[in-house]
Amino acid sequence: MKPAPFTYHDPTTADEAVALLATHEDAKVLAGGQSLMPMLNMRFVVPDHVVDLNRIDGIAGIRDAGDHVEIGAMTRQRDLMRDAVIAAKAPIIPAALHWVGHFQTRNRGTIGGSLCHLDPAAELPCLMALYDAELTVQGPDGARKLPFAEWPLAYMLASIGPDEILTGVSVPHWGGNTGHGFVEFARRHGDFAIVAAAALLTIDGGKITRAAISIGGADVRPIRLTEAETALVGAAPDTEAFKAAAEIARGIEAMSDAYVTSAYRQRLAATLVERALIAAANNLAPNANGSA
Amino acid sequence: MADTRDIELTVNGESHAANVETRTSLGDFLRHGLGLTGTHMGCEHGVCGACTVMVDGEAVRSCLMLAVQANGHEVTTVEGLAEDDGTLNALQAAFWKHHGLQCGFCTPGMLTTLTAFLRDNPDPSERDVREAISGNICRCTGYQGIVDAALDAAKTMQKGS
Repeated sequence: MKPAPFTYHDPTTADEAVALLATHEDAKVLAGGQSLMPMLNMRFVVPDHVVDLNRIDGIAGIRDAGDHVEIGAMTRQRDLMRDAVIAAKAPIIPAALHWVGHFQTRNRGTIGGSLCHLDPAAELPCLMALYDAELTVQGPDGARKLPFAEWPLAYMLASIGPDEILTGVSVPHWGGNTGHGFVEFARRHGDFAIVAAAALLTIDGGKITRAAISIGGADVRPIRLTEAETALVGAAPDTEAFKAAAEIARGIEAMSDAYVTSAYRQRLAATLVERALIAAANNLAPNANGSA
Repeated sequence: MADTRDIELTVNGESHAANVETRTSLGDFLRHGLGLTGTHMGCEHGVCGACTVMVDGEAVRSCLMLAVQANGHEVTTVEGLAEDDGTLNALQAAFWKHHGLQCGFCTPGMLTTLTAFLRDNPDPSERDVREAISGNICRCTGYQGIVDAALDAAKTMQKGS
């Protein structure tokens, strides 16, 4: 239960981190350590080098950029829960983070670490899918941006090279009369969700004008329920519309594992999508664009 | 050759300088490097909460942080909680009064967790307390004594402030 020996690096700039990754074979990037450290302790991973991002200035923090919020990759989950800009512009993030581990792990865990680790049931990837957030990745040739839709390549595999680091994400602000809902089911509080569902609804004049639904834990990557989103736009936010969306959720591709069948995950997805939509319709908070 | 670093940190108000192997966890360093064996290593993968300490005032798992990452930071362990004259502080006294421990293995993590929690939530509900300790496993008490102790300590601390 102790890590195998490795060489430790603690660069102070993102450029330096990328240069270290480019010149060292078999290096792992250490962010908050709430997933990597257990894997090191249990020797599930035995890297020759560990590149710690904790001493890099400028890749942590939250910035209000008007129609979107910029979040540094090394921003702690705790800081996302306490931040006034996030609370005003993307309140589903703190709501979902209550489900992430425990407060002691949220004190260290980072948004970037969670997105790179990419556990299928993790809440932050589910939310970034919901927003189709834009990610910024830095490599030896500079920075590139990509939408979250292109981020998960396969089970726990993100579109990031061995010599790249995620430096930040940009989360669009949904203005207008928007509500959010985040619900999940796990056997014990703090466990990874068996299925999680997130929803955003904008309502104007008694009709849904914009909708996003994402489901975590069901498949190897978060699923956007685009068919249901399209069907909801123009509809009244009522039981009938939400039940129809839930029926679409029941038809998603879902994983089976030793504990839970795919049929059970599909059934949970239907129930949770309906609950997330009801929650979203019930917490509408008029929120003018640009105001915090 | 083991990869080592010189670190300086403050533990329970006292400065320490040490040379640590970089793969050493903060928890192992506190126990084996400084002899502060009050911090208990349980699962060593972040699940049981026994090894919780405070780093710059925030409760963290000392098994999920490297000692080298504590360089320049301030750490508080269970040994740093009692009053200056060595008497139990309000939270510790409440654990004693309410039978909040039996074997004591989880106690250091419970106390450090609840110290940080009660500072930020001075008037918690029972549900809040149960959520706060949801990441700390106790196999003796059934938690009831711990919850009672935390709620009682919160009252005592509010009167005292």
